[in-house]
Amino acid sequence: MSELIGLTAHEAAERMARGEFSAVELTQAMLARIEAVEAQVQAFLTTTADSALAAAAAVDERRAQGESLPPLAGIPYALKDNMCTVGIKSTAGSKILYNFIPPYDATVVARLKAAGAVLVGKANCDEFAMGSSTENSGYHPTHNPWDLARVPGGSSGGSAAAVAAQECMVALGSDTGGSIRQPAALCGVVGMKPTYGRVSRSGLIAYASSLDQIGPLGRDVTDCALLLNVVAGHDPLDSTAADVPVPDFAAACRSGVKGLRIGIPQEYFGQGVTPEVSALVHAAIDKLTELGATAEVCSLPYTEYALAAYYIIAPAEASSNLARFDGVKYGLRTKALAGHIGLTEKTRDEGFGDEVKQRIMIGTYALSAGYYDAYYKRAQQVRTLIRQDFDRAFETFDVLLAPTAPSTAFKIGEKSDPLEMKLADVCTIPVNMAGLPGLSIPCGFANGLPVGLQLIGKAFDEEALFRVAYTYEQATEWHKAAPKL
Amino acid sequence: MALSQEEVRKVALLARLELTDEEIASQAKHLNDLLGQFEKLQALDVTGIEPTSHSIPIVNVLRADVERPSLSREETLANAPEARDGCFVVPRIVAD
Repeated sequence: MSELIGLTAHEAAERMARGEFSAVELTQAMLARIEAVEAQVQAFLTTTADSALAAAAAVDERRAQGESLPPLAGIPYALKDNMCTVGIKSTAGSKILYNFIPPYDATVVARLKAAGAVLVGKANCDEFAMGSSTENSGYHPTHNPWDLARVPGGSSGGSAAAVAAQECMVALGSDTGGSIRQPAALCGVVGMKPTYGRVSRSGLIAYASSLDQIGPLGRDVTDCALLLNVVAGHDPLDSTAADVPVPDFAAACRSGVKGLRIGIPQEYFGQGVTPEVSALVHAAIDKLTELGATAEVCSLPYTEYALAAYYIIAPAEASSNLARFDGVKYGLRTKALAGHIGLTEKTRDEGFGDEVKQRIMIGTYALSAGYYDAYYKRAQQVRTLIRQDFDRAFETFDVLLAPTAPSTAFKIGEKSDPLEMKLADVCTIPVNMAGLPGLSIPCGFANGLPVGLQLIGKAFDEEALFRVAYTYEQATEWHKAAPKL
Repeated sequence: MALSQEEVRKVALLARLELTDEEIASQAKHLNDLLGQFEKLQALDVTGIEPTSHSIPIVNVLRADVERPSLSREETLANAPEARDGCFVVPRIVAD
């Protein structure tokens, strides 16, 4: 059944509905694939073979009863390990949560369970989603399926690598500054960050609450649309999950791009973007104009300030969110003898990795008495300027198109300077700052490594992104390429 | 304006991180590198610009004040490193 693993979710769903194979057979094929390649890729922190087979059997049983099943029923998927799963360890890639077994499911997980999707494992990530390469995982790095010596990107590197390596059909990641889109680009898959508020964050282990958003990764645009259909929508458990109508994103894919106005923000082609990446993105723009869209250069002048403002806002929120890890309620507690402050301090020193400590430190400093106006408030004001840039651009354009990442996947260990690493997110961070939806789709290869282009849309207009991405995908072959493992 | 190691120690205490001397030194370097990056923000004129805390306009999301099921005491304590008599155990914080 090894040919099954290469199917997209929507192809597999159609064939299961026709009775060509069962959900159990599909899950067995996927578990065998994990067995075969996981030692090389290391995309997962936990695999869930037994519960996956039980969930698949339940889907087959429902089908045998004549029930008409939703599109992702029986589809094997992976979850970034910062999403809570009842009874299944959820570490967020951190040693401080090495033994944490959540007593409840994240809302996205509950919705996927109800839809009959089959969880095959919890995907590796940078600790608390802080990073751009998955090297900051407290456990092990993940390897890019296209070149095992290279990173898969991050922080949702395990999710992207698992989809690319055909260890699952679709996956959920989370994106605070590019953590879905950048690994999707580096692994040659489709990844989308929905509008802030489109998907409930209940049960997502928080990094920066005003920026975090859960979103889909898949091997084609339709699969991402189907996954977003399941997880999107208001949730009483998350007050920021907006109470707005959820369209059928899969149906939106088919509207074409005739007359659609695409803006090309010139600032996104500086910032260390390599000539190879720039050339492939420009070729994609030509392809889309051939298909009926119009494209014009535009300007987002405050782009260059986004990275600095992000590295105040995100760590400030993180320093507050991560205060909950105190060695008392869950997770690690130091074995050292200490008083109550010492217990917390020692536990946090032992449990957090370097990058997390750095962000807690800068965030604590930025929020401390006397510095709030100079750093945090000013960064929020810059955030307003960045939003206004986008607002002005969207008076003229339906979507914006830019590179997702400035370069292809870099070697594991190559970027030892944390500041240099942060530049990997320079094209994606402004989108989180403005709360907008962004989608990365493969647009070619440079020296055998995948390159992604990024589409940016108006708030709650994910449909425009799916339209453009699907139209482009149907006219190209990039999404059909698979790494040799 | 570079932070001294003493100031970094104070931030570490606020953040409840017990850092070794070596870590204090590396944190000081990292913090100062980042603060250098932030200087470009100080050069911007932001007079009269409203700060953005959230990108979407949501205020005062209310719900009916009705009882709902919540986690049981056992579920709540299940992950605790140490629990006794239905409570979390913490080091003594009040002297005899």
